[in-house]
Amino acid sequence: MRDASPAKIYALHVGVIALLFALNFVLPDYHQGLFARIMALAVFAMGYNLLFGYVGLLSLGHAMFFSAGLYGAGLTVYHLGWGVAEAFIAGIACGALLALVIGLLALRTSGVAFMIVTMMFAQVFYLLILYFAAWTGGDQGLVVQQAARTLNLDGAPLDLTNPTVRYMSALALFAVVLIATLAVVRSRFGRVLVAVRENEERTKMLGYDTVANKLAAVVLSGTICAASGAAYALLFGYIGSSFASVQYSILPLLWVLLGGAATTLGPLIGTLFMYYVTDITSGFTSAYLLIVGVALILLVLFAPKGILGSIRQRWLGWLP
Amino acid sequence: MAGRPEGGASRIRSRVMHFGPHLLLAALEGLVTSAVLALTALGLSLVFGVMRIVNVAHGEFFMLGAVLAWAVSTAISGHPAVGFVAALVIAPLLVGLAAFLAEWLVLRRLNYNPESTIVATIGMLYIIQQLALTFYGPEARPVEPPFSYRILLPWFGYSGYKLSVVAASAILLVLTWLVLTRTKVGLIMRATQYDRETAQAFGIPVERVYAGVFAIGAMLAAIAAVLIVPISQAHYLMGQDPLLLSFIVVIIGGLGSLRGTVVAAILIGLSDGIISVFFSPTLAKIIATLVVAMVLVFRPQGLFGTAPR
Repeated sequence: MRDASPAKIYALHVGVIALLFALNFVLPDYHQGLFARIMALAVFAMGYNLLFGYVGLLSLGHAMFFSAGLYGAGLTVYHLGWGVAEAFIAGIACGALLALVIGLLALRTSGVAFMIVTMMFAQVFYLLILYFAAWTGGDQGLVVQQAARTLNLDGAPLDLTNPTVRYMSALALFAVVLIATLAVVRSRFGRVLVAVRENEERTKMLGYDTVANKLAAVVLSGTICAASGAAYALLFGYIGSSFASVQYSILPLLWVLLGGAATTLGPLIGTLFMYYVTDITSGFTSAYLLIVGVALILLVLFAPKGILGSIRQRWLGWLP
Repeated sequence: MAGRPEGGASRIRSRVMHFGPHLLLAALEGLVTSAVLALTALGLSLVFGVMRIVNVAHGEFFMLGAVLAWAVSTAISGHPAVGFVAALVIAPLLVGLAAFLAEWLVLRRLNYNPESTIVATIGMLYIIQQLALTFYGPEARPVEPPFSYRILLPWFGYSGYKLSVVAASAILLVLTWLVLTRTKVGLIMRATQYDRETAQAFGIPVERVYAGVFAIGAMLAAIAAVLIVPISQAHYLMGQDPLLLSFIVVIIGGLGSLRGTVVAAILIGLSDGIISVFFSPTLAKIIATLVVAMVLVFRPQGLFGTAPR
């Protein structure tokens, strides 16, 4: 990071986006759909990475931000008949508000207590979805009808269920969040966050308001995760309580650990890798959770820096 | 935990029963939950207290105990009591062995780093759960209680087995307390908990203590599961609720405090039993989880604990 020119770094990221754009025209139908899903979920992982990788705060409750976006967008379409754009904004707003409240409470704790508190708030959120099953559909979930998932751009309807439109929408969100994350971590604010991770006391002593910075990071992270959830609801048309369960708090942690915490492209690589491992192995085993479990243990034991983290350490020191 | 299967029946009975007996029934159910919860949470609390790690797989050791209890008791023919007693001995030992191996193969290599061990125990959670699903299956299977004596109260009959669970748990808790406070093993454990490095300097084999504590913690959960399985049934997902409730108990009681753990278990068990008889169990869980999260936020040392050193 020290000797690389910003141009080189931005070129790499734009290159990745261009590659994903080109893949749309090459990939077979099945993989095109899978990639759209992976990009939407990589946004979730990027949001998680911002907090876990850069600030060093391990949350076990990010499923609540993802599902705040999911339900915020899905329920406004389903019950209120809102348009896609308004619903997407509603989802993001729900996530941002929730992240602000949770951040104000949970940041009073640190370390292990922070993990448990976030996990418990997420559990409350999950149980609330089950409790209000009359509106949320409970564990059965709801299907957002195809007709409702059309974006009206000045009279030109954009059908989000069309594979190419879906792929491009997911890519657009992914690109915006990727570049935004890159800008954030290279900014003054991003450097303060890393300083908090490395030594909070020292950062405080240097005159930075660490609590305010951490709160901003929680809100930003929650908002990005909510954007992922909202996009997921609108692009794939299904909302269900399983997205709020503990498992969906663990998955972004796994993706980020796998791809490399505190790397901008790690979340994408981790999500992509894990999705394809699951997809390939599901051919001969249904033991999906076993793979997740073994992957987590092997990662913390042998590659705590993840794929990109190890590459950065060995060869490419300039990777952001 | 224990109150759930009876909840529906007691709700129907409430039409003919008056408030007092109804409350008594709810309290008895709550007491059974408390008894099992106290044992499970004590295991979690010991591991956290001595090793300073959060074992997210604790609920899965509980589940493993129940599933193994089913396997042992069905493998042994004859009077149900024989199979049950065999399960009560064999299942916790096997779970303890599994926990010992997990500690030796994984946790030790992570040098007990709090964050890495959480991720690793999450991994163990998934592995154990998936193995149980693959080899045991998705069904819920009952284990026959060792005896089926019913105690007749003036208003309703109550399972004698359930009351014996409370007694067994109380005996085990007292035993654990005696071991911790009156024996050399307990002294070594407390010394390690108090200051790991000084303990090591005094020749205490800290790594062996850690392995032992992790195994004992898992065994306590397994014993609790064997005790409850004739009441609730063994299922591969049954570890989730005990894990969350144990966290709640350990946090409310103050981390590493045995007395706090027991008091909190009774408090949580009773209120869980009573609230879920009168209200929806989901609402009861929401309230309990929220209250505990708030306790952690505003009073991290627990309601009965003292501020950390």
